[in-house]
Amino acid sequence: MPSDSTIAPKGTGRLSATTGAQYARIHAVGGYRPERVITNDEVCTWIDSSDQWIRERSGIETRRWAAPDETVIDMAEKAARDVLTRSGIRPAQLGAVLVSTVTHPYQTPAAAPLLATRLGANGAPAFDISAACAGYCYGISLASDMVRGGSAEYVLVVGVEKLSAFTDKHDRGTAFIFGDGAGAAIVGPSDHPAIGPTVWGSDGEAWDTIRQRESWTHILNAWEDRQQSGQDSTIGMKGQSVFRWAVWGMAPVAQQALDKAGITVDDLDAFIPHQANMRIIDQLIKQLGMPADIPVARDIAQTGNTSAASIPLATERMLREGEAPHGGLALQIGFGAGLVYAAQVIELP
Amino acid sequence: MAQSEQEILEGLAEIVNEETGVDAKDVQPEKSFTEDLDIDSLSMMTIVVNAEEKFGVRIPDDDVKNLSTVGDAVKYIQNAQG
Ligand SMILES: CC(C)(COP(=O)(O)OP(=O)(O)OC[C@H]1O[C@@H](n2cnc3c(N)ncnc32)[C@H](O)[C@@H]1OP(=O)(O)O)[C@@H](O)C(=O)NCCC(=O)NCCS
Repeated sequence: MPSDSTIAPKGTGRLSATTGAQYARIHAVGGYRPERVITNDEVCTWIDSSDQWIRERSGIETRRWAAPDETVIDMAEKAARDVLTRSGIRPAQLGAVLVSTVTHPYQTPAAAPLLATRLGANGAPAFDISAACAGYCYGISLASDMVRGGSAEYVLVVGVEKLSAFTDKHDRGTAFIFGDGAGAAIVGPSDHPAIGPTVWGSDGEAWDTIRQRESWTHILNAWEDRQQSGQDSTIGMKGQSVFRWAVWGMAPVAQQALDKAGITVDDLDAFIPHQANMRIIDQLIKQLGMPADIPVARDIAQTGNTSAASIPLATERMLREGEAPHGGLALQIGFGAGLVYAAQVIELP
Repeated sequence: MAQSEQEILEGLAEIVNEETGVDAKDVQPEKSFTEDLDIDSLSMMTIVVNAEEKFGVRIPDDDVKNLSTVGDAVKYIQNAQG
């Protein structure tokens, strides 16, 4: 083994560096909601509950479920085609494809490469992000940095979930909350700042607050022993702990995102929190001291909690229904299993 | 810094009233939060967080489910204040 002093770098090569756009922005947002509407009454055929209880605890009236043979990639493709059409960006222009999901049922390969190929963007760098309900905001942050760092000119960010496949239909604490869907955004260059600094982080001490109940290793072993219960791969959740963290832990994060962007709550044209639970949304508004006239995303009532897909779906609805103005400033914040979170102020496309 | 049971009860009643609209007079030690005062688990969390701030104590999530009556909460807070 040569010692440190006998080996020196050649020092002959000089690396070139990329430079990207000075600023980034969201060029368009699109979405896909599966056809099948699940009412609270239908949920109550699996759990002992009532329409009234579910509305009071969560604000959810209906949620959408994908068809049994409809995959995460199928839904992602529909949302991606929608956003490509809206943005006028051609698939060949995509410099990267990021898919945020925790319900793509393959450990490997990721969903993103096949999505890129289906879209006609074969060859683009493509990977999945595992950041649960914070996944879309993580994706926007990465995409913004990629555009500004020069690793891609246009980035497709998709948040997609088929939570119906990972929900224990007989668990009263989760069966009524989750839904399926896909939302997508195109991030590309901008001539002015249009995606504010991201405030993000994690808390592994609360790793088990929302989680797949057992690891795949355990499930595979149980299969071998023929003792598989069938519920191990579903999601379990400590509902009250989530509520406390999502409100009193996340309000300061949302405030920091405003501070870092250099604006105040009064400058906002919309507040688009992860559609976790209407009660969380209502308390967040209170804790943030949000003026009553600022439009707040409440897509959860019709769509349920779609994890990574919830923010882009809610954004798409607000823009389509004229609730929030194009070009306006929106505060978005995602938070969920990990625990992980991310918040940023964005200019609405 | 420990407060009397009565002071804690009054402070707690104020919080419960603000969060749920329940009359402060009805917040009595023997009352159950869920059964008598119709407070659900999420409102309970809100009350707990406000109580932490007001009384300068920590009430971990896992302890919240043991606070079934107003009296339980008053005792818990008093002990936590030491
Ligand atoms: C999940 C959640 C609804 C559970 O409610 P909870 O009140 O904490 O649930 P608990 O298990 O403590 O049950 C409290 C009571 O409600 C009842 N209950 C629980 N689930 C019920 C349901 N689906 N329908 C009717 N009653 C239900 C329980 O039986 C219990 O009654 P009891 O005291 O008479 O036995 C609630 O904690 C919640 O919404 N948290 C926020 C979680 C969230 O939004 N997560 C988003 C993920 S990012």
